[in-house]
Amino acid sequence: MATVKTLIYLVIYPGLLFLFLYSTFVEWYDRKLYARLQNRMGPTHTGRFGLLQPIADFIKLMAKEDIVPDRADRKMFSVLPAVGLAIVFTAMLLLPVWNYSLDQPSAISFNGDLIVVLYLLSLPTFIFFLAGWSSTNLFSTIGGARVLTMLFGYEVPLFLSVLSPAVLADSWRLAEIAAFYRQKPALALVNLLGFIVALICVQAKLERTPFDIPHAETEIVGGTFTEYSGKKLALFRLMMDAEMVVAAGLLATVFLGGFPGGVFLGLLNFIIKTLFVIFFLSLIRATTSRIRVDQVVSFAWKYLAPLAILQLLIVILVKGLIS
Amino acid sequence: MRFQIPIGPQHPALKEPISLRMTVEGEIIRDADIRLGYNHRGLEKLAEQKTWIQNIYLTERICGICSHSHTTCYVQGVEKLMELEPPKRGLYIRTLVAELERIHSHLLWLGVAGHEAGFDSFFMYTWRDREIVMDILEIICGNRVHYGINTIGGVRRDLDEQQVKHILDSLAILRQRSEYYQHLGTNEPSFVARLAGVGYLSREDAIALCAVGPTLRASGVPMDVRKDDPYAVYDEVPFEVCTADTCDVLGRTVVRIKELFQCYNIIEYLLKNLPSGPVAVRAPRRAKPNEVVSRYEAPRGENIHYIKSNGTDKPERLKVRAPTLGNYAATIKMLKNGFIADVPLIFAAIDPCICCAERAVSLVDARSGQEKIISMNSLKTLSLKVSAGKARKREAEWPL
Repeated sequence: MATVKTLIYLVIYPGLLFLFLYSTFVEWYDRKLYARLQNRMGPTHTGRFGLLQPIADFIKLMAKEDIVPDRADRKMFSVLPAVGLAIVFTAMLLLPVWNYSLDQPSAISFNGDLIVVLYLLSLPTFIFFLAGWSSTNLFSTIGGARVLTMLFGYEVPLFLSVLSPAVLADSWRLAEIAAFYRQKPALALVNLLGFIVALICVQAKLERTPFDIPHAETEIVGGTFTEYSGKKLALFRLMMDAEMVVAAGLLATVFLGGFPGGVFLGLLNFIIKTLFVIFFLSLIRATTSRIRVDQVVSFAWKYLAPLAILQLLIVILVKGLIS
Repeated sequence: MRFQIPIGPQHPALKEPISLRMTVEGEIIRDADIRLGYNHRGLEKLAEQKTWIQNIYLTERICGICSHSHTTCYVQGVEKLMELEPPKRGLYIRTLVAELERIHSHLLWLGVAGHEAGFDSFFMYTWRDREIVMDILEIICGNRVHYGINTIGGVRRDLDEQQVKHILDSLAILRQRSEYYQHLGTNEPSFVARLAGVGYLSREDAIALCAVGPTLRASGVPMDVRKDDPYAVYDEVPFEVCTADTCDVLGRTVVRIKELFQCYNIIEYLLKNLPSGPVAVRAPRRAKPNEVVSRYEAPRGENIHYIKSNGTDKPERLKVRAPTLGNYAATIKMLKNGFIADVPLIFAAIDPCICCAERAVSLVDARSGQEKIISMNSLKTLSLKVSAGKARKREAEWPL
């Protein structure tokens, strides 16, 4: 029985199949919302309400010619998209989306899995950097350099703001943090500031406007992905969508009380809460313009990092008061 | 580490082919170089083979955005050559279309600026509202891009009461929307952070490098052909020359938005004071031998046409100086010591219309990549050498 459960967990929910379908749905949701905010229609033709458009795009890209530049590091260039996708899918397995019980809410749950998820979410950034660097294209190289420069800006505020709810809950385990805030929903309000900081950092991590600097098309063409085409580009795009799901799931677990209620209610909870987070991400994307890479770093250290530290202080104070 | 980044001839930031070669150190531009000649169409030569009337439609096709600017500039010159006095109503309608064109050009530019800065929502909104003014132009002229309204001695179509009412109603909507864009363009923090202080061009540099149009006015120089050398009916219409003193891309945005409001005022004045009478006078087929320089304030800046006639029904020489060409020298100055991220914005801020400004070709050896300057005479000899022995198609006289 345990084996079957593990298999279901890996392959169907919340593993490969679910994450693939849900990532494409999230891309549709993001595109549609973005389009409606801009007074456009968005995807309409493929499937009902254009729901199948991301899948159609994926299949189309898979069928396209796949070109590897002569001067690129062939092995590195080819293996990066698959490695990146594997990393993001692994991170998904750590989210407590299926509550068998508090002891075993996900395939692997242990004290400190919060740190592992954060670590796994940092790796895609390096994948993007390596992708840009191994393409040996000028635009990709600049894109790769920008990826790393931005990382120095948003990574510390993101860690600080995600860890402060954990400090309040007195646990480094995702399932326990979620359970803590379900029992005391009023305390979740304490983390409001951290939630806002984390939202902005996640937006930067996902490289969406105003932080879409590494692949700013009007400046450096495709940025890190300039030389990528066909299957590899399709995998990269899927990876970015999946990363959005995982990042939204992480924020929902830590700040919004997780996904209680077993298989079906838990699934419903997961969808509602991640879409709630992604709604804000789309809103930020539609209402801002792209800023410069130096502005990202100064913004992150001038505003985001102090706010995250302030959040930590608030949490410590509140913790002193309630205990 | 210094290296060169090629921006163009094919690049997502450029709508037309031009080559900007940036020498960069990290993210900072140390040197810039502009190469022209990817879009040369030989329009000036073609103009010498067409009649005065045919050339109106040719000059209209110099640009797809300020098409009316080029025809008006040309037609004004020809009218001077033919000593024609177009009727008042014709001039009013000509000015009306010119101002509508300015609105559509500035709205288009606002959208492009938004897109270059990664603010796609702004782009979608301004282009949606640009449709309103495009519809007005279609109602007046029957066309959205090449209006075909000018003729030598006036305009080709008249306005009726219903059209006037429609234009005034649409203007009210446009005015309201423009106020929103003014608020957004000067207050949205991430957008302003991208525009302010970018592409600095001091007042002295702007004058020394012969910048024109909104680029010049954003450096605090109140220079506008409509005020300085009024043509058509601009001496009767009350309006202000809009300037800004920030000397950067934000200033150029502000100048363009302010000009939008001036356009609305001018159009309202024109429609309310529209004189009655004919819209055009009959023009002769030939012009006496003479030469003339015609100036016109296009949405992008001062447009100059030089026309020389030789007594026939065709011009002997037509020389076009599009406003974009006047701004290239200033662009190099603005790009230096900026960030790579600002290249599209700075370049877009002059509102470049590349094919308008293409009057030259550079000769590049396909094998060695070497560029050389070659005189017209030796080019002629070279072409004769290449075509030696082949039958000549027809007799052509080179004008120079």
